[in-house]
Amino acid sequence: MFKEDQMDKANKMHSHWDARCKKSFSKFPPRKERCTTVSDLPIKSIYTPEDIKEMDFAEDIGYPGFYPYTRGVQPTMYKGRLWTMRMFAGFGSAKDTNERFKYLVQQGQTGLSTAFDMPTLMGYDTGSTRAKGECGKCGVAIDTLADMEQLFDGLPVDKITTSMTINPPAAIIWAMYIAAAEKRGIPRAKLGGTIQNDMLKEFIAQKTFMCPPEESVRVVVDTIEFGAKEVPKWNTVSISGYHIREAGATAAQELAFTLYDGITYVEESIKRGLDVDAFAPRLSFFFNAHIDFFEEIAKYRAARRMWARFMKERFKATDPRSMLLRFHTQTAGCSLTAQQPYNNVVRTTTEALSAVLGGTQSLHTNSLDEVLALPTEHSVTIALRTQQILAEEIGVTNTIDPLGGSYFVEALTNKIEEEAMAYIDKMDDMGGMLAAIDNNYPQKEIADSAYRFQNQYDSGEQIMVGANKYETEDKVAVPLLEINQELENQQIEKLGRIKENRDNKLVDSSIDRLKEACAKDQNVMPYLLDCANTYCTLQEMCDAFRDVFGIYRDPGIF
Amino acid sequence: MSKRKIRILVAKPGLDGHDRGARIIARAFRDAGFEVVYTGLHQTPEEIVAAALQEDVDMIGMSSLAGAHLYLFQRTLDLLKEKGVEDIILTGGGIFPEEDIEKLIDMGTKAIFMPGTPLDEIIKWVRDNIEPRKGL
Repeated sequence: MFKEDQMDKANKMHSHWDARCKKSFSKFPPRKERCTTVSDLPIKSIYTPEDIKEMDFAEDIGYPGFYPYTRGVQPTMYKGRLWTMRMFAGFGSAKDTNERFKYLVQQGQTGLSTAFDMPTLMGYDTGSTRAKGECGKCGVAIDTLADMEQLFDGLPVDKITTSMTINPPAAIIWAMYIAAAEKRGIPRAKLGGTIQNDMLKEFIAQKTFMCPPEESVRVVVDTIEFGAKEVPKWNTVSISGYHIREAGATAAQELAFTLYDGITYVEESIKRGLDVDAFAPRLSFFFNAHIDFFEEIAKYRAARRMWARFMKERFKATDPRSMLLRFHTQTAGCSLTAQQPYNNVVRTTTEALSAVLGGTQSLHTNSLDEVLALPTEHSVTIALRTQQILAEEIGVTNTIDPLGGSYFVEALTNKIEEEAMAYIDKMDDMGGMLAAIDNNYPQKEIADSAYRFQNQYDSGEQIMVGANKYETEDKVAVPLLEINQELENQQIEKLGRIKENRDNKLVDSSIDRLKEACAKDQNVMPYLLDCANTYCTLQEMCDAFRDVFGIYRDPGIF
Repeated sequence: MSKRKIRILVAKPGLDGHDRGARIIARAFRDAGFEVVYTGLHQTPEEIVAAALQEDVDMIGMSSLAGAHLYLFQRTLDLLKEKGVEDIILTGGGIFPEEDIEKLIDMGTKAIFMPGTPLDEIIKWVRDNIEPRKGL
């Protein structure tokens, strides 16, 4: 990147500076012996041309919208269109959440994002023995198409994109969404949105699983295939590092395991006979914005460059859209503290800023009370306003990739890429992600990092203000959202009425046909649409999966 | 005769998959010299109490982070009573609103550890409060 004589001058300056530092430190010793990121990555006192001298501007950095996309996936980035402000919302009944959605749209939110309750996420109906006490607690309860119709009632789903955080029953929830839209006369080809549908990271980190890994991936590929043919504007998988990071991974581990999950979906889809360029443009990503500001920016930049190269070199994609790593970001829940909860607004702000400087396509900002419960309307408004301030007040959207070319940020981008590549090479040697999961490899690596962080937190090496430093005795009470305890019974009654009024013969035959499709390796999506339209319940469809594919149980390693 | 080691069941009730805390605690207990059994995820209170009996534990440490704690803790305590093993101490950790902590203690949970509690503090609490159960 630099001429030889420039480098010589720089290096001479560096030794002068070094000598001055030694003198200074003899009076005021270094504040910390080790300076690391939150991921325990050592950081030097200063970065200089020396650290990026091997880089080639055109090949490694370049322009936004051009391979390898280090600086952003679109040529205009936020100059043309801001990121989508997408607040994750869902609680109580479909009606409760529908009201919250309408409120958020009214406040200027530009996309919807749905949180489901635990029974829905795990494929159980309200009222199932495994679902007691959980209805509507951490998301909205969806049992049948009727709930889905109510959830999006009156919302312009042909114009607004909808993200749905759902995994084992992703294909089922997607079928319900398509069915509900088509009942309103909106064709599936017009629907835009995302289902998370990333089963691999469930086994690695989020632990919402139902069937074994191989069968789970098969259903994911069914949705990729169906989407490519019938719902072309839909992102069929949101390949997610968020949960990997929340489970305790480092930034490099988050990046490596996420990209490897992506590689696996691409490989499996190609094995299905799909052309890489027919489906890869609809793969999207989802990353965490953790508390270490520069490490996160470097991670997003490295992610784009690595994915572009994998797609081009490993999978021989030719459509540039296949090479774009488009991603959603959520600020880090695990960085928030229950102690002095108002401080969380500040944490979320800097995390969101890192996502913006890293070029995210959409963003959820956590609310200050999310460490305690689902957010209230008041706290979620502050979180949304945080994004609006970043977008429209502070000037960071005036220029694209403002940190590109920074010695530190470029060097850190390279470093994180290098660490992530080492993991990827290792998993290649293991025989891929399914084999690695079988060996509990990513699970153990993450558990080690989580334990390391906890010990550093306990020893005061990693600081969380208000939790292990600057603690106060007085408790700050924040008002919390309460979920109606009667909801569970009301939802059970509603489900009972639907079961009485539907054509139960048709339900049985639809479920039988679904099972047959599962067993015969036919794409399950058309059968799920039939089931959804006959008001089969979520659990009835999931039980069909469980019957044919079997059940995965947590190996419980620690 | 030397005293037998304290035996702990780390348990994850309900459907929520947030097991970072449970697994860290399990590892810390093991490193502290306790005998640890971890149930793995997605256990019903019935399964947890059955495991506690089968493993002859002195204490259950239950982790819950998705809002269903009041039901799950009460049900576990009821089952311990029903099986005549009220001397198995129930403790817990996770994300609970302030007023729910009191409710959990009132129903018979011996201690609740909130996020941010140093591991050493929890280990010390176990050493000070848990005795190997008699008659085993």
